[in-house]
This record gives sequence, C-alpha cells and structure tokens, in this order.
Amino acid sequence: MDLSSINPILLLASLMVAATPILLAAIGELVVERAGVLNLGVEGMMITGAVCGFVVAVGTGSPWLGFGGAAIGGALLALLFGILTQYLLSNQVATGLALTLFGLGLSALIGQGYIGIKAPSFPDWHIPLLGDIPVIGPIVFQHDPMVYVGLILVAAIWWFLNKTQGGLVLRAVGENHDAAHALGYKVIRVRLLAIMFGGACAGLGGAYLSLVRVPQWTEGMTAGAGWIALAIVVFAGWKPWRLLLGAYLFGGVTVLQLNLQAAGLAIPVEYLSMSPYIATIVVLVIMSSGRAPGSLSRIFHASR
Amino acid sequence: MTLLSLQGLTKAYPGVVANDDVSFDIKKGEIHALLGENGAGKSTLVKTIYGLVNPDAGVMWLENNIFAPAEPRAARAAGVAMVFQHFSLFDALNVAENIALGMESPPPLREVAERVRAVSDQYGLPLDPDRTVGDLSAGERQRVEIIRCLLQDPKLLIMDEPTSVLTPQEVDILFQTLRKLSAEGTSILYISHKLEEIRALCERATVLRMGKVVGGCDPRETSARDMAELMVGSALQVPEKPEKPFGDVALTLAKLSAPAPHQFGTALRDISLSVRRGEILGIGGVAGNGQDELVASLSGEMKVAREMVQMGSEPVGHLPPNARRARGLCAAPEERNGHAAAPDMTLIENALLTGNTRKKLSLRGFVKWDSARDFADEVITQFDVRTPGATSTARSLSGGNLQKFVIGREIMQNPDILVINQPTWGVDAAAAAAIRQAILDLAAGGAAVIVISQDLDELMEISDRFAALNEGRLSDPRPARGLTIEEIGLMLGGAHDLEVAHVDA
Repeated sequence: MDLSSINPILLLASLMVAATPILLAAIGELVVERAGVLNLGVEGMMITGAVCGFVVAVGTGSPWLGFGGAAIGGALLALLFGILTQYLLSNQVATGLALTLFGLGLSALIGQGYIGIKAPSFPDWHIPLLGDIPVIGPIVFQHDPMVYVGLILVAAIWWFLNKTQGGLVLRAVGENHDAAHALGYKVIRVRLLAIMFGGACAGLGGAYLSLVRVPQWTEGMTAGAGWIALAIVVFAGWKPWRLLLGAYLFGGVTVLQLNLQAAGLAIPVEYLSMSPYIATIVVLVIMSSGRAPGSLSRIFHASR
Repeated sequence: MTLLSLQGLTKAYPGVVANDDVSFDIKKGEIHALLGENGAGKSTLVKTIYGLVNPDAGVMWLENNIFAPAEPRAARAAGVAMVFQHFSLFDALNVAENIALGMESPPPLREVAERVRAVSDQYGLPLDPDRTVGDLSAGERQRVEIIRCLLQDPKLLIMDEPTSVLTPQEVDILFQTLRKLSAEGTSILYISHKLEEIRALCERATVLRMGKVVGGCDPRETSARDMAELMVGSALQVPEKPEKPFGDVALTLAKLSAPAPHQFGTALRDISLSVRRGEILGIGGVAGNGQDELVASLSGEMKVAREMVQMGSEPVGHLPPNARRARGLCAAPEERNGHAAAPDMTLIENALLTGNTRKKLSLRGFVKWDSARDFADEVITQFDVRTPGATSTARSLSGGNLQKFVIGREIMQNPDILVINQPTWGVDAAAAAAIRQAILDLAAGGAAVIVISQDLDELMEISDRFAALNEGRLSDPRPARGLTIEEIGLMLGGAHDLEVAHVDA
C-alpha cells in the first residue's frame, strides 16, 4: 500500500465535486419536507433529471441548457407527485416510492439512444486572484460553476426560510397545515411550489452526475444517491447548514475510500464502498437534535 | 348602532343543514353570546363570518356595507378577528413568528416583537415574543392568539370557547380584558357552553338549535337552567347522587413520581392519594399539568415502580394494562379518536380491544366474534349510543356518541376501579348528563372512581372529594361539598403571572 500516492489537495478538491449532486438533491428535499410533504421519489427525479439534462445538452451542445432541461424534467415529474398527493390525496410514502420506480423506467426509455455518447464538456472555472492562492485556490476556487450554484442555493434557502415572510409561511404550512389554512394561507399552492422546487433541485443533482461527474449516460447511474440525500435531510435535522456538512462528509469519505482502494489498502473493497454511508449516518445521528415538521407526510384536506 | 347584521344565512352540507335561515344583529361595542349544543351550527356560522365558509344563501352587512369575505384575509381586512377553539398556533415557531403569520404584510420580526410587548403591557397579558410556542402553557398560548387579534385593531372579535383551558382566576382577567375592549367600542361574539360565564359577561345571547335561531335572551336576567333548556329544547335531567357510606381502600398511590414521557410532557411529582370503594375522586386542573401522564401511569401505559400504584394491598405499578384490567382496573383516556378508540375500526373491534381480558372474548388466541358483537351491542343499547350498528367505524360516530360508547365499554366490564379523563369534553348536555349518571351509578355499585376533568362544575356535581393537579403535583384531596370557586382556583395554582389590564392608568 502506498498512501503517499494520495494527494491531499486533490482529495479535498474532489470532495466538493463528489458532494454536489447529493447536496443539490438534498437541499430541494429539505424545502419540500419543511413544507410538510415527504417525497420519497428523489431518486426517480434525480435520474430523470440526469437523462433530460444529458439529452438536452447533447442536442444543443450547451451544458447550461442541459441543466435547465434537467431542472424542468425533475420539476415535471415532481408535479405529477404533487397532483397525486395534494389533489387526489394519495399516500405520500407509496406515491414517492412509485415515483422512484417510474423515474428509473422512464429515464431508461428516454436514454435508449444516448448510451456511449460523451456529454459536451463543462469547463472548470478558474476564479481570478482567488484561484491563484496556493493550496486553498485549487481546493475551493477552481471548480465548475454548478459547485458554486449548490453552495449559493444552500445559503439562499437558509436566508429564505429564516428571514423572509415567504419562508415563514412555508414553515407554518409544514408545521401545522390546519392552522395555516385557518389563517387563510394556501396550503396546497405552497406545497405544490415546494414540491416542484424540490424536483428541479433533484433534476440538477442528477444532471451533475451525467454531465460533469461521469460524464456519460448509463441506466441507473444515480445508484442510490437520491436515498442518501433523503437520509441526510432527516439526520441534518431539516437545517440547511448541517445538510451542507452531511453532504460534504459523504462526498469526502467517498473520494477518500476511492483513493484508498487505488492505493491498495488491505481491506475488502465492499467495506470501503459502504464506508461513506456508515460514516455520514453515524456522524449525523450523533449530532442530530432536529425535530420533524409537525405536519410532515400528513394528508391535508380543507374540510377536516 | 348595529355593527354586523346577518340576514337569512343558510349553509348545507351533504346530509345536514348546518345553518338554516340564521338572522341576528351584533351591536357596536356589545358582548354577544352565541349558544348552542355541539352540532347546532355555531362553528359553521362563525366560519362564515370569518370567510372560511361561503354561505349558500343569505347576506351579511358590516357597518351598512355588504360583507361577503371570500377568505379570512378579506375578513381580517374588514376588521373581523377570531380566536380559535383549538388554537391555531405553530408549536415549533416563536411567539413573534406566530403573530406575524396572522398579520397582513407584517413588518420585520423585530418590530412585531416590539408591538407585542406594547400591546401585552397595555392589556395586562404578559408575553415574551421570543419564546417557542410549544413550551407555553395553555393560558399563555391563548394570550398569543388574543394579542394576534388585538394587533389588527378589530371591530369584531370572535372567541370560540376561550375559557375551556383557563383557571378561574385567568378567566376573571380575560373577562376584564374583554370588558375593556368592549368599552373601547370593539364588539365581541362569544361562544361558550359555560352558561354561568355567559351570564357574568354577555349582554345579549342568541341561541341556535339544529342550525336554526330558536330564540334570544338577556343572559344577565335568565337562569342558566332556562338557557340550557332553550339550547336542548327539552327539560334537562340533573344526575342524582345517592348517599352511601364508602367501603375499603381500593386504590392507593404512594409517592408516585415519573419523568416527562416526551418533550412537551409533564413530570409527575410525589403524588399520594387513596380512593375507597363507592367513592368518586375528582381531579381538576388546567390541561397539560400532568393529566395524561397520571392516567397513563394508572392504566399501565406508563410503567412506574411496583409500590407506587397499589390495588388493595397488591403493588401493580410494574404491570401492563391488560394485567391491571384482569385485576379490575379499567381506564378511559381523554382522546376519543386515536387513544380510547381506533378511529377506522368497527365498534365490535373497539369493544374487543379493551374488553377482551375481562369479558373473555377470545379463546386460545382465536377471537370469539359472536361474543364480541354481543358485548358491543350490549354497550350500544345500555348507553343509548346512536349509531346504525356495531359494524360502524368509531370515526363515523359523533363525539358524544363515541364518548358514551367508550365509557360504556369500560363500565360494562364491571371494574372495581375506573379512571376517566375528561368524560364529557365536547359532549352535548344531554349525553353529558347520561355519562355522569352512569359514573354515579357505578360508584353506587361499589367501584372506586377517579374522574379527571377541566370542567369544575362537572367535578363539583359528581365528586365526593376534590384534588387539583398543578405542574405534576397533586394537592391534598378535600371534601367537594362546600368548596368555593375561589378556593378551587387557589388549589389549581391561581392565575399564572397574570395582571389586570391597565389601559386607563
């Protein structure tokens, strides 16, 4: 085993890249759950976003348009979930699980002609001045733009939830939908918007895999990233900054174990592969003190 | 001068006419009572005024303008504010955030907090805007609701059953605030079934029965009994209490202590008492002072140390509910739908759930459905439960009927000890009288009964001794006969840091 082959600067730099798809999907789901809706279809929305983004990017040659297409694709699939659960009052858990299965199948269908094609390249930014700082520059300031979009999104969501009237209403709807309704807030409208936002974020997360991380289309390429995003939301106690920590922790252990595998560590590969999941959950469980939104996954009907 | 005039309001739901041609006026600065049994249409009516329900027919006039609010927002803009019966608060948010949610285009939270402090000082309703609502007592939570309304400078304030969770002293202070508001020209529509309170507070009353206005009266000059009979539409039967000497001690609690079972729960501290056969012990107290925890530790849902609960001389503190049932202790918890009964299961299944042990409704793990059905039918007949049949689900029954079923189910098991939490909460007057009579009859037959209730009139009517639960501590039981409301109020812990309004100071 040769641990000296692991470059700590590269390791830390790739941590941010590895964490981004989960971060994007998880921050969307956080908003959805704070509005009182449990959407277990994150995995399905992610992979739909991955294929939509890939198809659009290949068709137009523009990765930016690809991400736009991914967000729309994820949001449309989420809208389906929204209509089923908010208007037709279907069970959120069952509908979410079905959404995942549906998304996996739908994406395989859409992506049939795209296997083996390479995505248009999405160059890294080299942020002037900041990017030239030794050590910190290559770790933090020489990534592709979506890494920063993810970070800005986390900050924006924190600000929205805690500092704006709209965020207060969203939290109120998630905390007690009957009371919010009695005060005259549009519970279903708020939830539908949150659900679509969550779908768009999951779509972006998926497209990050197919356009940047891999960058190719293969069936089932999200490989459980949506589920870990769901888990991170819960263990982060529905708080944006903890969610960032959880996603980076997961990303960090993922790239570390890949590096260890490459360095030939004398531990069976299976143990290394499961280590990111175990490490993330253990750390977040230890520090978790969050309280679930009061109306989470309860069906709202105005007459009750 | 008339503030709000209702003319011919009608609202029908499938199978029931909730409001049928309802007309009456509310004058400016008047405290107007709206009386009626459960299901008489009071809620639908106030929801119509508040814009939550659109009437099928009829018009409302507010200060001589047509008033047809499409949503609560419009009603609030027109000057109508409402304090809800089940508080419409958000536990996880703080006081200022809760209040901001009830305002049109609220200012920044810091400003909201300042205005809360100003108004709470003006009306003598102390409240810290930064506290999380989930940690507040029921009285404090009500203050949040009231201040939320007062910040809108309402012309009409609607209060739906505001005193059901307050101590007598807190009620006094609420009334002083309301009188002050009325003197300032705010009209108040006051809904309650506590007739003595209405007699003390209100100037006019409108009585609803089956969705129709059946009359009005001046509560200051009408007796509570006359008003009750106007509501019910027939003469009321007052439960009779037979005089009999008590038997041996059936249940003893010895320094019962238990930690709070969850974040918003209450710890029990050093509760000692004994109840004799034939005796009814009434336990009063404001909700959230340990009632649920006490019932849970008596029924066996919450296990405590062996010696803390004794039946006769046998320690049972460590035993689960079914073992206690087998020894003769039955319990009926407060929440009908979800705790005392499984809402989506039939009455037969619900009868089986607690009756299995004492009525032997199963044999070697197999249910004897015929016996279970007979038992359920027996409860339905004996306790006059109005339902199409024993195969109806618990949820489909009205509150009063399900309560009669739940209490009947325990009484029909002939327990030696019966524990009941809130026997008549949300139950109409006729059903409440029937339930109280059944409790009295059970005690007369030699059972020891503990009744926990927030309705002090009810406790005075049926208990032999009275004790108060306050922050998980139980006061020494005293003979109920001859206790005054003031003495009870002091036993309940008095008013929690309340002071009198000082508007004109």
